[in-house]
Amino acid sequence: MKVLVCISNVPDTTTKINFNDDKTVFNATGVQFIINPYDEIALTRALELTEAQGGTVTVINIGDPSTDVTIRKALAIGATDAVRINSVARDAFFVATQIAAYAKDQGFDLILTGRESIDYNGAQVASLLGEMLDLPSISILKSLQIEGGTATLEREIEGGKEVITCPLPLVASASEGMAEPRIPNMRGIMSARTKPLTVVEPVEVPNFQHIIKFEKPESRGQVKLVNADEVNKLVDLLHSEAKAI
Amino acid sequence: MSVLIYAENSKGKLKKSSFEAASYAYSVANMLNTDAYAISIGEVSNEELEKLAKYGIKKILTVNTAQMHSFVNQAYASVIAEAAKSLSSDVVVLSATFSGKALAPRLAVKLQAAYVDGAISLPTNDASFTVRKGAFSGKAFADVSMSVANKVIAINPNSFPIAENAQPAVVEAFAPSVKDTDFRTIVKEIIQAVDKVSLPEAEIVVSAGRGLKGPENWGMIEELADLLGAATACSKPVSDAHWRPHSEHVGQTGIAVSPNLYIAIGISGAIQHLAGVSSSKVIVVINKDPEAPFFKAADYGIVGDAFEVVPKLIAAVKEFKATHA
Repeated sequence: MKVLVCISNVPDTTTKINFNDDKTVFNATGVQFIINPYDEIALTRALELTEAQGGTVTVINIGDPSTDVTIRKALAIGATDAVRINSVARDAFFVATQIAAYAKDQGFDLILTGRESIDYNGAQVASLLGEMLDLPSISILKSLQIEGGTATLEREIEGGKEVITCPLPLVASASEGMAEPRIPNMRGIMSARTKPLTVVEPVEVPNFQHIIKFEKPESRGQVKLVNADEVNKLVDLLHSEAKAI
Repeated sequence: MSVLIYAENSKGKLKKSSFEAASYAYSVANMLNTDAYAISIGEVSNEELEKLAKYGIKKILTVNTAQMHSFVNQAYASVIAEAAKSLSSDVVVLSATFSGKALAPRLAVKLQAAYVDGAISLPTNDASFTVRKGAFSGKAFADVSMSVANKVIAINPNSFPIAENAQPAVVEAFAPSVKDTDFRTIVKEIIQAVDKVSLPEAEIVVSAGRGLKGPENWGMIEELADLLGAATACSKPVSDAHWRPHSEHVGQTGIAVSPNLYIAIGISGAIQHLAGVSSSKVIVVINKDPEAPFFKAADYGIVGDAFEVVPKLIAAVKEFKATHA
């Protein structure tokens, strides 16, 4: 089985988010970057499946050479090889177009992404790839099993889940609970240095939209404390002042 | 020119989020001096669909063939794209539900449209058609300008009030031309908790963390949630320890919620958790540690032990309900 896992290079979850002075660009100074946590879950599930059934796992990232650190981490976790599209990710449509252009004649049986990236939260790339490659796509998986060329998947829905079957090839996006991320061991880290990382130049992509400004949420102001012996007062405040109940 | 909504249903009933989408679409249509229409896919009665008229929808197309009764994002995207073309809709609005998120990007590709997921504002009334959405998992907002003719907007559930703008509406059957290859995924089973409020749609959320000490202590959390008609949620350490399912994990790597009221019990308020709740309208924090960072991000707080405060809160809510019934 030939698997492609799309990985995004994102600020660590503990990052305090700041922007440049005109609020148009994320300020990456001093920020630690990681593999998008959901993409790491996708990668781990891909490795579990290929370890059990045979196959390869290729990771692909759209980024400049600074993202090689994140790509090498994916190789250390266990990916077979890697592809970097040498460009800066502009938006989800740009990313998906680049991945589709690379993947279209590579014969992947399974293409996985994370449910969304934790920076721009688009939750788009899996469905975009499905449409661009004319493949079925299933978003926000809770589980993924593959047997004899058919996948059985559980997709999250409001208040529950849907059980779906689908023949390969397909595109799907991973969420929590599908696999437990792995910590790379020393052997993995050593071997990652020599695993193939192919750099591919980007294709042209039309620009349908752009971010014109970022803003941070306003602070809520001072918290109103209620004494632990006067819980009734909290209920009154939530009703009469906050109008929340 | 017109605005089209995808009216999503659950077991034949239109979702609340569909009425939010209708109200949003009506505002956009007004701004653009045009009309708002809807497309429904699945087994929904005409009588149910007519409810959309109350929120300003003038025409409702319905696709109610057996083939379309269960959700297949690829096929649903094809149907909505065809409806948009036949109604000359250049703006398509839907709710960013699990199914909405799964089909909207496919729809955007079909319509060669700009697409914003999780919109929390109406578009600006100018050529830039700028819509605000959350970014960095709730730590920031991004204003996105949609610069091509066709636009698809998936609005965040619970972010827009439902507004009545009643007018007469017609319901018409719509016969799209779908391809067999649109139906490669097959829904085998739908497993849904019937008696629980779904977390992403909940207006009130009762959430608890490690301060609860163990999964056996969740009874009082569920009791409080039931009383308030709320969904239950938890912090990451709790779902990581398998005290609660992952689907209840609220935070940067879990679900982002925007309820009217978020009650956090025994959760310290790590930056990753705060990111997932920052768009809640009112936040209440109950924690025995007065230095817990969550108090800095809360509207109301009680410093106290969860095991003492929550039973008192349950009693107080019961009393409130008895006097306000």
